[in-house]
Amino acid sequence: MTPLVQAILDGLLVGGVYGVVAVGLSLVFGVLGIVNFAQAEFLMLGMYVAWFAWSFLGLDPMLGAVLALAAGFMLGYVIQRLLVQRVMSSDHVAQIFLTVGLLAVMENGALMIFGPDFRSVQTDAQMISYRLGPFFISAVYLKAFVAAVAISVALWALLNRTWLGRAIRATAQDAPAAQLFGINTRWIYGIAFGLGAALTAFGGGIVLSFAPAYPTIGANYVVLMFTVVVLGGLGSVMGALLGGLLVGIVQSASTLVLPIQLQNLALFVIFIAVLALRPEGLLGKAAK
Amino acid sequence: MMIELENVTGGYGHRTIIEGIDLLVAEGETVAILGVNTAGKTTLIRAISGALPHQKGHIRFEGRDISDDPPHARVSSGLACVPEGRHIFPQMSVVENLMVGAYHRRSSALDEDLEAAFTLFPRLKERRRQMAGTLSGGEQQMVSFCRAMMARPKLLLMDEPSHGLAPMMVEEVHSAINDVNSRGIAVLLVEQNVSSALRVASRGYVLDHGRITLEGTAGELADDPFVKKTYLGI
Repeated sequence: MTPLVQAILDGLLVGGVYGVVAVGLSLVFGVLGIVNFAQAEFLMLGMYVAWFAWSFLGLDPMLGAVLALAAGFMLGYVIQRLLVQRVMSSDHVAQIFLTVGLLAVMENGALMIFGPDFRSVQTDAQMISYRLGPFFISAVYLKAFVAAVAISVALWALLNRTWLGRAIRATAQDAPAAQLFGINTRWIYGIAFGLGAALTAFGGGIVLSFAPAYPTIGANYVVLMFTVVVLGGLGSVMGALLGGLLVGIVQSASTLVLPIQLQNLALFVIFIAVLALRPEGLLGKAAK
Repeated sequence: MMIELENVTGGYGHRTIIEGIDLLVAEGETVAILGVNTAGKTTLIRAISGALPHQKGHIRFEGRDISDDPPHARVSSGLACVPEGRHIFPQMSVVENLMVGAYHRRSSALDEDLEAAFTLFPRLKERRRQMAGTLSGGEQQMVSFCRAMMARPKLLLMDEPSHGLAPMMVEEVHSAINDVNSRGIAVLLVEQNVSSALRVASRGYVLDHGRITLEGTAGELADDPFVKKTYLGI
């Protein structure tokens, strides 16, 4: 029993981070109706921002994540206004071309600018583990989880308790009607895309506390992100957070019975099972 | 003059739906636009709200040309809309839907206006926390109407507010229009239900194949042989 509880605990902590990384993808789809294949590149970008903040300013990756949030927002907003806005009402092929192209540009741009080296941080928290009865909790993962929960609560409050949040949700649910009531939906699309990029970049900042940054790390996360988002229900914010926790737990628990190389096998089995039983995902669009 | 349309032509792409529309609504007046289903009534409403910008002509609101204003700017001038098909936000609560109506002026006197909406339709107060998408058609129409009123409009556009409603609800909608009118707000009403539209409106225009073919007071229109034969079935 103890190993299982330990595995669930580990999975829960890392799953919170998966949730934050993936929620940006879900938000962008929910509001703009665009599947952003370049979303994971904002994670890579966030990791580099946090790495430079650590390396030159001596900032902890959790603080670096806040800088990553700001950088992700600005870049996302500009990309939406300059590029994504042009394909908003185009067909899906044009949208896929744009976001896949963006992925290639961002990945290769990072390779050109930062080089192929792995860049990691050394922090005190990496050496610390807390004991809780028979269980161990790593300080790095605990910090990452707390940061993930904090940003999730902030996102929830923004969407549900502010005028901007109401405008974002109204635009997601019925853009023409939102426009009739004074909401500048084009501006909202920019804000929502920026916010999605910001959340994923923030996730990248916290991922840096336990994993190294390199230009192609987005490719390692992209399938995971789509799994999380589809599990939770594409377009649902709470669903993505829940999906992240589930994915973390499944990955971690599967290592008890399967070799670690097969941890994604268990994930996809559960993924297919959930989709067979609930094709709209765990929360569907209900929590949009 | 509240709103003034001069030679307005509009449609989708190269397809012209309405042509050469001249129309006036005075302060505090209720005006009906009558016509069959494909006459262009909704296109006309969408041209005024800005949802489908018109191609030629001018729309003046309180004397100012708003032809080039995007829809989100027109609401701040004092124009609110109860769109065809209600278009409430299904995954927002009743209260949140109403709050979106007040978006352009943000927080000022929100509670007061919410209270006014709930006094008019006590049923909405009972369901204030319920997701609007789970309400009945009539209740959704109440939400759509109150949402528009939350914008504190000077002119309210209503596109088929009684469409698909039970006769009792139609009565309720029309008494709501009278209530709006008594507060000095002008109403431009599109209705297929011609006899009831002529009961709440003081004047009307008949739209046929995208052009205005007839205009007059509600009494004149109700007595017009063409209107009688075509719309009232007398």
